[in-house]
Amino acid sequence: MRAALAGDEAPYRWLLAEIGRAVRPGIRAAFSRARLGDGDIEDVVQETLLAIHLKRHTWDADQKVSPWVSAIARHKAIDAMRRRGVRRAEPIEDFEAFLAAPEAPDPHARSDVERLMESLNPRARDIVRSISLEEQSISATATRLGMSEVAVRVALHRALKALGAAWKATQS
Amino acid sequence: MKTDDLILALSADAKTRGPSLTGRVLLALALGACVSLAVFMAALGVRPDIAAAAHTVRFDLKFLDTLALLLPALLLCLRLSRPEVSAGTMLMWLLAPVVLLAVAVAVELATVPSDLWLRKIIGRNWWHCLSLVPIFSLPPLAALILALREGAPRYPALTGALAGLAAAGVSATIYATNCTDDSPLFVATWYPISTGAVAALGAWAGRKWLTW
Repeated sequence: MRAALAGDEAPYRWLLAEIGRAVRPGIRAAFSRARLGDGDIEDVVQETLLAIHLKRHTWDADQKVSPWVSAIARHKAIDAMRRRGVRRAEPIEDFEAFLAAPEAPDPHARSDVERLMESLNPRARDIVRSISLEEQSISATATRLGMSEVAVRVALHRALKALGAAWKATQS
Repeated sequence: MKTDDLILALSADAKTRGPSLTGRVLLALALGACVSLAVFMAALGVRPDIAAAAHTVRFDLKFLDTLALLLPALLLCLRLSRPEVSAGTMLMWLLAPVVLLAVAVAVELATVPSDLWLRKIIGRNWWHCLSLVPIFSLPPLAALILALREGAPRYPALTGALAGLAAAGVSATIYATNCTDDSPLFVATWYPISTGAVAALGAWAGRKWLTW
């Protein structure tokens, strides 16, 4: 975790993928107990990953990672269930147990993220798409858009923050 | 968008990890306190007899009390801005200023004749205390809430209320250098009302701005 947070892309990407795999079963269990369909589980996984990314400075390096990850996943799962009309979200204790048992990810086409990306300005949307869907590097994206790499990084960071805020805003 | 695609975008943003939350919060509190202090010095200033007052127990006790509020409130606020931390028994730390004040009041009641009690309670500056402590707490409270937006509190309203207590601690420390009412009877009557109002404002702000 410490290495992954040091700023290198490869270990960080690995960590996020691991976390995604680890939180998915807990979210699925919470959804099935609330009698919600499976269709939105991946949205909650993605929302959790975005929150983990945007809030990663709140992890205390002296503490274990799993309680921190499960607290964020639980928070986002409860939020998502409330949004879907579940009045009383049961306390979710499953996350810790599931963290040890990863499972394969779902293929997932049209998602909340994609819908929320409509709210970004065109340039920001272009940058996020370019790096995520088209798998271009920061430098390739910078060259294509005639921007500096720093400007692309800043725009990407702002876009991700804006996505987090847009997700939050869909709650009410 | 597939989760792996999102992860690509997130990992491309791996480098932009801001300064630590503790650093941000402490900086915010310091900046807010400086603004309050500057306005305070320009508008009111410390009481003229402060050098003499500093040698009296009652005057010094006011600062012991405000610091006993500020420190636990700030530490708790910082801890609770992490997602996995629940409040629990740590909230007992907030009893420190209450116990301190209660002991001071008991000693005051035992040593001051009862016909002076009411005069000590009302003092001369109660209206100042009720209005100025909340006013001077606004800059640190605003700065704290802004900094805490980077946090991920499990209980946003409680975290906001603690920010309010910390801001009130700063403000009361500043105001107490001007106030000439030093009796614990005065302090225990008026300061908690102001502090409670600021904590309520902080709770409201927390609910509004600290959810994530």
